[in-house]
Amino acid sequence: MSAGLETTFAAQSIMIQTDILIIGAGPCGLFTVFEAGLLKLRCHLIDALPQAGGQCAEIYPKKPIYDIPAYPEILAGDLVDQLMEQAKPFQPGFTLGERAEAIVKDEEGQFIVTTNRGTVHRAPIIAIAGGLGCFEPRKPPVDRLAEYEDRGVEYIIKDPEFYRGKKVVISGGGDSALDWTNFLADGVASEVTLVHRRDGFRGHPDSVQKVLDLAASGKIRLLTNGEVVGVAGEEHLDAVTVKHKTEGDITLETDHWVPLFGLSPKLGPIADWNLNITKNAIEVNTFDYSTNVDGIYAIGDINTYPGKLKLILCGFHEATLMVQSAFKRIYPDKNLVLKYTTVNGVNGF
Amino acid sequence: MSSIRVTVIDREGTSHELEAPTDMNMNVMELCKSAELPVEGTCGGMAMCASCHCYVESAHAGTMSEKSDDEEDMLDEAFHVKEESRLGCQIQLADALDGMVIRLAPVG
Repeated sequence: MSAGLETTFAAQSIMIQTDILIIGAGPCGLFTVFEAGLLKLRCHLIDALPQAGGQCAEIYPKKPIYDIPAYPEILAGDLVDQLMEQAKPFQPGFTLGERAEAIVKDEEGQFIVTTNRGTVHRAPIIAIAGGLGCFEPRKPPVDRLAEYEDRGVEYIIKDPEFYRGKKVVISGGGDSALDWTNFLADGVASEVTLVHRRDGFRGHPDSVQKVLDLAASGKIRLLTNGEVVGVAGEEHLDAVTVKHKTEGDITLETDHWVPLFGLSPKLGPIADWNLNITKNAIEVNTFDYSTNVDGIYAIGDINTYPGKLKLILCGFHEATLMVQSAFKRIYPDKNLVLKYTTVNGVNGF
Repeated sequence: MSSIRVTVIDREGTSHELEAPTDMNMNVMELCKSAELPVEGTCGGMAMCASCHCYVESAHAGTMSEKSDDEEDMLDEAFHVKEESRLGCQIQLADALDGMVIRLAPVG
């Protein structure tokens, strides 16, 4: 078998077929599973985050939300749990921790969506419920930073062994910066420096204390009231410049710089899907939340139309109308009867 | 309806004189959004994204509420942070802020 055939076979063997492929497993995407399920349509969700729930689960699971009808107050994380429970009878599939990357139409008019890890999905309908987009590491505004990406500058620590015996500078004051400082200082890296904007640290008090102890015993170098403002090196990073509030510029020789400033959302590859986009949002027709591409819909915070409000409850409404239109596209000859759950309850798959 | 005057300088340096209601329970992020200024307000005002990072350029810093730990923590993850940095969503519009001048911080 040639290499080409093997690739084709591998791709086919893991192809996931569904009725509605939902990009984004936030509240709006999860509620789509329920509404589609009532019409006997199956759903599969892709999300770049490792868990379902979108922003609600990633950014503010413990924050209360006050504008969900019938819930005077509900924690964002609990809302996600409830939506998962509501979707459960309809057995949604999930591809989590992967970003929807490329989209093509096959000869039968179905969409083939491939993720950054090569998982292939096929569906006649795409519902983009991508919220704010994909969460990506925040990159500090330092000149020539891009030249050193993967040449000494990394925004995520994937494998700590990569840093064994190396000099590492970490920036940030949150849990990931503290935890990695503690981990790498424990006999992994040869030298660890933590640079932070101010004296105070957020993050778990235990981790903060450990970092302070390591600094006091000279096992790490702690530079507070400073920030990395410059990178240098030929081919590979060999030094960073720290601007210190009182001591001026300090040059640190290092093999790696790992800036850990959290995540921020970016529209990502969807921007290249030939959809009409205004101000980072996808234009839709409010009749059924269809985009300019036949068979692709956009619901929730990622879409825009005159009078748009970015509210979870508006996304629920959009999802409900969208699946009606999707049903008619998949079964043009069937008469759709609106399902009232009060008559027969919810019948899962 | 009672209101104050707030000047917002956008990232191009243009000043926008805004009439800001003080009886609508609004903050600076919401004020900027309703004036269609380029402030994302990604997290919806929970001090969790820094997309409303701004600088208070008038002498009103002393008359507004102190930065909470949440706000300080979030500013740790923001860039271009200065002494006068605040998150717009944490500045509640109040009568004492009449004449306030704020400048939107660079995106990033």
